[in-house]
Order: sequence, then C-alpha cells, then structure tokens
Amino acid sequence: MLEDLSHSILDIAENAVNAEATKIVIEIAEGLDENKITMIVSDNGKGMDEDLLSKISDPFVTSRKTRRVGLGIPFLRQAAEGCDGFFEIRSSPGKGTSVTASFRTDHIDCPPMGDLAATLITLLLGWPDKRWIFRYKINGRQFELDSDEIVRVLGDKESLRSCEVATWLKGWIDENLSILRLGGSDQYAQDKKS
Amino acid sequence: MPKIRNLEDLRKIKESAKDLTAARSGGRTRIIVGMGTCGIAAGAREVMTAILAELEKRGIKDVAVETTGCIGMCQFEPLVDVIRPGEPRITYGNVSPEDVPRIIAEHLINGNVVTDKVIGRTD
Ligand SMILES: Nc1ncnc2c1ncn2[C@@H]1O[C@H](COP(=O)(O)OP(=O)(O)OP(=O)(O)O)[C@@H](O)[C@H]1O
Ligand SMILES: [Mg+2]
Repeated sequence: MLEDLSHSILDIAENAVNAEATKIVIEIAEGLDENKITMIVSDNGKGMDEDLLSKISDPFVTSRKTRRVGLGIPFLRQAAEGCDGFFEIRSSPGKGTSVTASFRTDHIDCPPMGDLAATLITLLLGWPDKRWIFRYKINGRQFELDSDEIVRVLGDKESLRSCEVATWLKGWIDENLSILRLGGSDQYAQDKKS
Repeated sequence: MPKIRNLEDLRKIKESAKDLTAARSGGRTRIIVGMGTCGIAAGAREVMTAILAELEKRGIKDVAVETTGCIGMCQFEPLVDVIRPGEPRITYGNVSPEDVPRIIAEHLINGNVVTDKVIGRTD
C-alpha cells in the first residue's frame, strides 16, 4: 500500500492522465466533528465499460502493457476499507470516471494525509497541459486551486515546469491549507506572530 | 500582520525565472522522473521534491523538470533521466533523495555522469 493519502491521490490522478483526461478535479472534504475524510478524483477521460469496471479491484486486471498487474486501485480500496471507510468507482465510456474513497479518521488504520502540496505540484509540473482543479473543504470553508488561474497569472503553461514557480506554489498551497485548518486567516496571522 | 502569499505574487517569480519553452525542443537540460504507481511507491515524489529543492538552492534556472509514467522497469524505480542538450540520455535507477545533490553537482553542473547509479543510456 502507499504511504499516505497524498500519495494515493497522486496515483489515482495519474490513472486519469493515462485515460487521456483533459480536466481532473480532486476534491477532499473533511468534517472535523464527524471524524471522516472523503476524497473524490473525477476526470473527463475515456472511462471504463461495465466489464472492466467490475473487475478493476482485482490487481491482475490492468490495461497497461509494461507490467501484468495494476496496483493503484486495489491499494486505495484496501486503505479505505481497512479503516471502515467507503470506496466506489463510477465510470462511463467516453465520458469519464470518478473515484471516491472515504476514511474514518478515528480508526487506528487510517492513513495520514501526508504532503498534499508535494502531490499537487507534482501534478501541475508533471502534466502542465491538463486542467487541474483542487478543492479542500473543512467544515464548510474551502481552498480552491485552479491551474487555469495559475496559468493566467504565469502567462504560459511551460513556466509550471520551472523549479522556482513550483517551489513558490508549494509554499502557497501549504500556507492556504494551514489557514484552512486553523479556521481562517486572522487565526493564522496570530499563530505566526506568537 | 505577517504577509500571506497571494497568487498574483507569482507573476514576479515568473519574471525572474528563465523561459523554459525551448527545453522540450532540445535547447536546455531536462530532468524526467518516473511517476507511475511503482515509482510513487518507491519514493519518486520525494525525489522530485529533492530535485526542485536542489535546483532552487543552487540557483539553477534553465532546467525543465518533467514526469513520465511507468516504463516497465519497476524494480529500478525511482527512475530519473537526465538529458543535456547534444548528449546521450542517461537513466539513473534506484535514485533516493540523498543521491540528488550528487547527480546535480556532478552531471548537470560538471557534465560527468554518476556511473554507479546509471542503468541505461540512449544515444
Ligand atoms: N480514471 C480512469 N479512467 C479510465 N480507466 C481507468 C481509470 N483508472 C483506472 N482505469 C483502468 O483500470 C486499470 C487498473 O488501474 P490501476 O490503477 O489499479 O492499475 P494500473 O494503472 O493499470 O497500474 P498501476 O497503477 O499499478 O501503475 C487501468 O489499467 C485502467 O484500464
Ligand atoms: Mg494506476
């Protein structure tokens, strides 16, 4: 299994890239009172038919040609089900796919979130031609990143491959996630001062 | 109040960064990290983060960092390819974040391949 949720998100997002998606939405919702975290990765890629979809949790089902086993989906399913969570894939051929996994955060086997900002810059820098939308919601508040907006500021997509841009973006994402976790920018500013 | 980063500030960063549009057409050095499931499980994301940090630390701006999917050499992941313009493509295998400063100093800067980590070469 992968180390933590941020690594799983990177991996599931890469499936979407391989399915020739042009737009990929990653949504994470955390309800602090209900001890639950839900992630949904949806794409507009080529999708899967019923037959493939029904077999996909089997590691010996893969459309890859370089290796006979596919590990990504079985990994995530195991991680979610291992902590009383929920796992589901919906897909329709030609339209796209959405993968939902939820986790009970108070369960002893719930994987930690890990470095989400590292996952996001890997996606932005790795596949700058895709449109990436990332939303993180905690108790009704949210942080949203839209790669179209970043590209608009930068003026071109290729600049996403620059290490200075990526490093700056990582700091920006980390900061926004901290603000979100602390419940707002006023609280964040106060914490930074003390 | 401490300053909180604003997305618009990114414009200034971009202005000081080098134009990388020529990189893919062969004009500049490229570093490519394998980012399939096997790569991710072996630590490819950490290797990529280490590459960004090292380039940033040394102020190297004219390098394009890219990713690629699984190429079927899973036992050698994390895989990192270095392509200097006009030179063969060098593939490094089982790269850890600790190897990154050496590869950047020796290969990218000094032009000497780090032979003990090489698993492939394409002319
Ligand atoms: N978002 C998606 N859109 C379309 N097909 C998908 C998507 N995600 C997975 N699949 C299909 O399900 C198969 C299994 O996916 P899984 O991630 O488990 O393994 P893999 O991607 O083939 O290999 P690995 O993840 O080990 O590199 C894929 O080969 C692909 O055919
Ligand atoms: Mg996969």
